[in-house]
Amino acid sequence: MLQFVLIAGVVLIVIVLGFLFRINTLVTVVKGAEKHPETKSNKINGLLMFLFMVASLILLCWYSYARFDDYTMPVASEHGVVTDNLFWVTTAVTGFVFILTNILLFYFSFKYQYKENERAKFYPENNKLEIIWTVIPAIVLTVLVFTGWKAWTDITDAAPEDAEVIEIMGQQFAWSVRYPGKDGKLGKVDYRRIDATNNFGMDLSDRNAFDDFMAPRLYVPKGRPVELKIRARDVLHSVYAPHFRLKMDAVPGMPTRFWFTPTKTTEEMRQETNNPEFNYEIACAEICGRGHFSMRLLLVVEEPEVYDKWYAEQQSWLSQNPDYLSQIPVELEELAQISVENTKGNKETENKLN
Amino acid sequence: MATEHQLEGNGVSHDDHDHDHDHHQSFVSKYIFSTDHKTIAKQFLITGIFWAIIGGAMSIIFRLQLGFPNSNVGWLKPLLGQWITEEGKIDPEFYLALVTMHGTIMVFFVLTAGLSGTFSNFLIPLQVGARDMASGFMNMLSYWFFFLSSVIMMSSLFIQTGPASGSWVVYPPLSALPQAMKGSELGMTLWLVSMAIFIVSSLLGGINYITTVINLRTKGMTFSKLPLTIWAFFLTAVIGLLSFPVLFSAALLLVFDRSFGTSFYLSDIYIGGEALPNTGGSALLFQHLFWFLGHPEVYIVLLPALGITSEIIATNSRKPIFGYRAMVGSLFGISILSFVVWAHHMFVTGMNPFLGSIFMFLTLIIAVPSAVKVFNYITTLWKGNIVFTPGMLFSIGLVSLFISGGVTGIYLGNSAIDIQLHDTYFVVAHFHLVMGSASFFGMVAGVYHWFPKMFGRMMDEKLGYVHFWFTFVGVYLVFFPMHYIGIAGFPRRYYSFTNFDAFQSFTDLNMFVSVAAIITFGAQFIFLFNFFYSMFKGRRATLNPWKSNTLEWTTPINPGHGNWPGEIPAVYRWPYDYSKPGAEDDFIPQHIPFSATPESNLPHENELIAEEKEEEGIVVDETKES
Ligand code: HEM
Ligand SMILES: [Cu+2]
Ligand SMILES: [Cu+2]
Repeated sequence: MLQFVLIAGVVLIVIVLGFLFRINTLVTVVKGAEKHPETKSNKINGLLMFLFMVASLILLCWYSYARFDDYTMPVASEHGVVTDNLFWVTTAVTGFVFILTNILLFYFSFKYQYKENERAKFYPENNKLEIIWTVIPAIVLTVLVFTGWKAWTDITDAAPEDAEVIEIMGQQFAWSVRYPGKDGKLGKVDYRRIDATNNFGMDLSDRNAFDDFMAPRLYVPKGRPVELKIRARDVLHSVYAPHFRLKMDAVPGMPTRFWFTPTKTTEEMRQETNNPEFNYEIACAEICGRGHFSMRLLLVVEEPEVYDKWYAEQQSWLSQNPDYLSQIPVELEELAQISVENTKGNKETENKLN
Repeated sequence: MATEHQLEGNGVSHDDHDHDHDHHQSFVSKYIFSTDHKTIAKQFLITGIFWAIIGGAMSIIFRLQLGFPNSNVGWLKPLLGQWITEEGKIDPEFYLALVTMHGTIMVFFVLTAGLSGTFSNFLIPLQVGARDMASGFMNMLSYWFFFLSSVIMMSSLFIQTGPASGSWVVYPPLSALPQAMKGSELGMTLWLVSMAIFIVSSLLGGINYITTVINLRTKGMTFSKLPLTIWAFFLTAVIGLLSFPVLFSAALLLVFDRSFGTSFYLSDIYIGGEALPNTGGSALLFQHLFWFLGHPEVYIVLLPALGITSEIIATNSRKPIFGYRAMVGSLFGISILSFVVWAHHMFVTGMNPFLGSIFMFLTLIIAVPSAVKVFNYITTLWKGNIVFTPGMLFSIGLVSLFISGGVTGIYLGNSAIDIQLHDTYFVVAHFHLVMGSASFFGMVAGVYHWFPKMFGRMMDEKLGYVHFWFTFVGVYLVFFPMHYIGIAGFPRRYYSFTNFDAFQSFTDLNMFVSVAAIITFGAQFIFLFNFFYSMFKGRRATLNPWKSNTLEWTTPINPGHGNWPGEIPAVYRWPYDYSKPGAEDDFIPQHIPFSATPESNLPHENELIAEEKEEEGIVVDETKES
């Protein structure tokens, strides 16, 4: 019913507009005669230019101020503070140019609208002006680039030696997380070994794999550098942790990485945002198919002590999947056995932390 | 070299021949398989408009999903069938298909073919003073290849598995593996075939534009007297000629990977419960190849719009374009630099960070010529005598949109800031303002401005004003809010944001954007009505309705085949002699010799009079003016 009314309404409006238009055309035809450009329409358009400028400036300032907290996301990593600063410096510089040039554009349009007895100024060029407005933007941009370049090289530099290494792997449509275990080394993987249980395709002929363990969330310690080793096993994905200003594609066949230092635990962020339900999240930022919008992983930042305790308690993947012992080459079997025994004591499972 | 050709073309007998030829043309050779550049231009325009409606309608459907994620769109079922789920929701994969098709259609079919195809074809011969394109036949082929490519792209909308859905950049492996999504089955094959044919069409067109500009300029039309429109079309064609073949190879290798088991882009993939045999390929290779075209492509889309705007702003400010040489220089700068910034689309793809640094430097350099153009436009308006024709309104709108979208390029070009902003709505805001809306405005401005030359009638101005204000306010209301949504971190190409705590805000703003989009889209029907109505019933145009200087206004109101019934006029001056001090009128067209305007000549122009006379072989008049 509502739809019918809507459609009828639209049709009616169109018909009325059509009539108005027809009448208007007929009137102009009757009036005939070349119009000279200093018409009412020209004045109205000029005025609208000016009004548009004023109105949109007001709207821009009001909205940017009123909703500031909604569109700025709290930051929780060291480099994020730096890039946020760059963002605001760029906003200040470009914002100034943006507002100035737009004001001039609309103001000139308004001010210099057609007047019958005036003539435009014949002013074809001025090389000095051209040079000025080539050189000044060039200098400003150079400064911006250099600050950005410094931040970029710091961020993409090799991670510190003592960084926590954690692997995160994207697949349609989930993230999986693997920790290197006590030896601090991630075992080799081979995509041909992937199966329903061996999600990562761990190559058990590599002894470093024996103590690796998985977690249903990405746990990281506050204040310590964390290096993410990023992989994808089917199509492109992109690890995107907005609160940490962190984004890096996951590429099948080409491991990537990103390191960062978390600065606020989940608990601290809950207090800062006044939201007891708050959780850090990882999303996927590269289109990967039907479920792209639902690739969510929780990221949990803990105090380092809590993290270390949790880490020490984890059972290795191998000890939970003893079937795979058979894949281990003879000469390493003993070693594997020891490794499995070592973690048997840790009965607690991952879910102890949140 | 140009003159020789010219003389031949100017022969009187030739013209007579042309004349009776016109009457004997059949409908088919006149309107369908026409080799006349004006007809071909109109074919491109109409096809472009058709695609714009389709592409726009698609965006309305996915904006419904984004603005009103909980509403029931079951009423679309008769139209979309299986793409609407049982619960009356848009299918998530169909959402991606819509986004993909919208992007492909708008970038390639509307703003490349529809824009360059229309205006390069229409204006190059008319403004450089040529009877037609260098090769009318190739030009015709160019349109029909485009048509074929359109038919194939269109047909992919109707197949069972749906059209390509991996976004307009079609990154493999997603686009290479039919297991990965439905859109990567037949739909993707059709996409690739269609694009390959599209590229052929672009190349045929581009070669023609370049050849025509170089070889067929009329007497006196030196490069330094070319209107900025022609400079822009010319450089656009050069960019296209150099970059489209790279997309062609990228597509070809993708075809191999998809259909012949090669591993150019594929490596170490486990999908659908099976490990694929491909190793050694590089997914990044595709991205480099794609963006090697992709970035120049954004300028292929934008430069013609800037050219059109330069012409319209000068004409309607009644002022010379400010800094003609700087404008040409910045066009050159942009064209060259556009080839060396592509990897700014790839800062966080895992590409070597050192490359990222290099591309950050190169990218921010390209902002300089862009800024110069803006300053020159603004100075052109300064102390002008501005007539707000609909074309002029859209041109001023373009400059504003170009500024607003351009400044955000400076954020994105900074790789450190781009880490956060990449693939968020901030990027969507950036390129829709600077590329999408700006180029669209250029195209519409061009239609309003050259409609009288195309159809011999005027479009209704009042409707034009209404159309402009709705559209201008509309696109700002649609795309400006996306900056906030992007800064808040919302990723693009998301079917819905309900899964994440971080993206729960802004449901109100998303709704607002969707409503604004629907109204803006609706306002385009004012234009459509005006366009088709005026074509048959509009006020009859006068010879030079905008009092413009360029050569196309020296042709008859409805120019026939060959454009000028008599000789092609020679050109003596640049196209921007508006409001010249001393002159009686506020414009002096390009074909008026300096000898006819002694009252307004500048000192160095007086010196040219002697040359003019020599060339014409007329006895020089002894009375010299000073
Ligand atoms: C002021 C100069 C400009 C700079 C510095 C600049 C910079 C950038 C950067 C760095 C990106 C990648 C953002 C990302 O994906 O994270 C980007 C995206 C884009 N830019 Fe620009 N841009 C500029 C002007 C333009 C112009 C003039 C156009 C079009 C005419 C344009 C069209 C685009 C498009 C289409 C994309 C998005 C492509 C996609 O991911 O789908 N940009 N720009
Ligand atoms: Cu994804
Ligand atoms: Cu680019």
